[in-house]
Amino acid sequence: MDCVATGGNVKVLAKAIHSLSRIGEELYLEPLEDGLALRSVNSSRSAFACFLLSPLFFQRYQAPSDQSFRCKMPIKSVQAVFKSLASLDRSVEKCRIQLNSEKSRLTITLHCKHGLLKTHNLSYQDCESLQAVFDKESCANVLQAQPRLMVDTVLHFPPSLEEVNLSVSSDRVWLRNHVEDDTDSSRAMMTELCLSSEEFDHFAVGSQTSVTFCLKELRGLLVFADSSGLPVSMYFDEPGSPVILSVTDSVLEANFVLATLSEDSHPKNHVNSNTKRPDTEQPADDFMSDDMDSFLIAMETSELPGPSQVPTSPPQPTNDRKHSFSEEEQEEEALVEGPPNKKFCSLFFGSVLPTPSQLPNQTMQSQEVLASDSEDENQTETS
Amino acid sequence: MPLSTQSQADIDQYILIASLDNARNLSNILKAISSRDHAIFNATQNGLKVTVEDSKCLQANAFIQADIFQEYIIKEDTVGFQVNLTVLLDCLTIFGGSTVPGVCTALRMCYNGYGYPLTLFLEEGGVVTVCKINTQEPEEPIDFDFCSTNVTNKVILQSDSLKEAFSELDMTSEVLQITMSPSHPYFRLSTFGNSGNAHYDYPKDSDMMELFQCTKIQTNRYKMSLLKPSTKALALSCKVSVRTDSRGFLSLQYLVRNDDGQICFVEYYCCPDEEVEEE
Repeated sequence: MDCVATGGNVKVLAKAIHSLSRIGEELYLEPLEDGLALRSVNSSRSAFACFLLSPLFFQRYQAPSDQSFRCKMPIKSVQAVFKSLASLDRSVEKCRIQLNSEKSRLTITLHCKHGLLKTHNLSYQDCESLQAVFDKESCANVLQAQPRLMVDTVLHFPPSLEEVNLSVSSDRVWLRNHVEDDTDSSRAMMTELCLSSEEFDHFAVGSQTSVTFCLKELRGLLVFADSSGLPVSMYFDEPGSPVILSVTDSVLEANFVLATLSEDSHPKNHVNSNTKRPDTEQPADDFMSDDMDSFLIAMETSELPGPSQVPTSPPQPTNDRKHSFSEEEQEEEALVEGPPNKKFCSLFFGSVLPTPSQLPNQTMQSQEVLASDSEDENQTETS
Repeated sequence: MPLSTQSQADIDQYILIASLDNARNLSNILKAISSRDHAIFNATQNGLKVTVEDSKCLQANAFIQADIFQEYIIKEDTVGFQVNLTVLLDCLTIFGGSTVPGVCTALRMCYNGYGYPLTLFLEEGGVVTVCKINTQEPEEPIDFDFCSTNVTNKVILQSDSLKEAFSELDMTSEVLQITMSPSHPYFRLSTFGNSGNAHYDYPKDSDMMELFQCTKIQTNRYKMSLLKPSTKALALSCKVSVRTDSRGFLSLQYLVRNDDGQICFVEYYCCPDEEVEEE
């Protein structure tokens, strides 16, 4: 494998890696014919991101001769190669990624100004293809906006905020912080932002919906989009289906797939789930309860149709908390399922990593154990 | 900013008096060698030499020539003492790090002699602070026996190019390996860390390379923990000379310009971790 990126694209590559680091701890690298795929997933498998850099992104793109090369490495090691992000475009002229399969090393060489050459030989692990299954085309709701709009909107929410709720009607979009039903409402700070459909470049809402997802993992994409100036598209459906945020240009495509809370996730079933993120429900300032009440009353009687009027979707069957959009029959074993007390559904993955429940005797280290030849079923993302 | 509250009798008893209109001209350079708590001061007619040592393997020296000081009086051939460098730096910066132009701390450093504390008079904006720091018996600095006749390889680089490399060094690597050679890779810094190894190559014809005199290929490893603090000196400097001798000992010499554009020197000596003769 031999890829060379030059000029400003080196910085784009570095920024893509930094965005992926906001999702998970490992970088999955897979050179495909379509381009270089860089992917990451979070530990609870509720967030997945993929950057596909087409061959045109590179000055030279040569995929390895054996088509099935895939590897993963700690993302911090790769970030260390592109440390001085700010000065990258001033100092680096060329970045070359080569595979040294005899020594199991991925060599990243940065050709810098003044003849300085930085060579990093990173060790990697072979792994299975990491691919979340999703279908943007089948989503009922599509929004597209300039990255500045999204960045400015998200700015109103505290950085520590985990979950955010997005509701749409035929002409408006609301973004609110998600507060657990069992939280004392007099102690919680509620933030709501309403945007008109005119603020969006594209606004196609199939049906009024409300989805809740994790904001933190999304910020990585917003930073990338903002610096590249590319519009961000959001695809989503009913609660429980993943929300997909996508940034595309002629030479790259980035997709961030985030799981959403499913409708049937009633608080009482999730008493244990609070241990997952104990800090989330930390109440904000101690409001005077009468002020809070009047504020809430004011919200509900406002002229704008509030999100509370959004009709709830039909209740989901409780055993089907994950929605797959795969078009093909899956031959693999059951998908990766998070432990039952997690609120967010794990995304359906095409990879065949065995789950802890299926292989109780296996240690967590060997997650990249190969299953059968289902690895040939390399699902490509439907775009 | 004369600190004329002192009487003539006071002044007479000092064997060393060194004054600066801008204390930063001393504190900045001392920060560049401040990897350990204690520093050995050695003053002569030529100026002040401050030495910091680490585990008998590393020595850092800062040289501030007599003509840098606005006032420099020494009544003996050599005056030596040891002080806690951290405390000294805290005192020199006692007025905080004000970056308002034109406002700086004036310093008069006085020493009565053996057994007496080091007295600092610091003034800024009309406020005077007097600090007395206990001194200790000065230890004898190690003589690394590094002489120019024994130098095998020498390069002089503009500091800017090395600064980036040093700030990016993989800290999970226990050693920093320096390879100097008349042929490729010419001048190479290597680290061996948890995620893999990294090499920074400087070609001999780079425009950052001011001097390249390498006679034979040498690869030496030095403990990262000893050399990493030299990044501070590198950050202050505009040029650095890197020399190794036949034993593999490393000498780094930094040319530092102070706030007033005057030149001072900082040097580091380091013993190799293990000898690696060939590539």
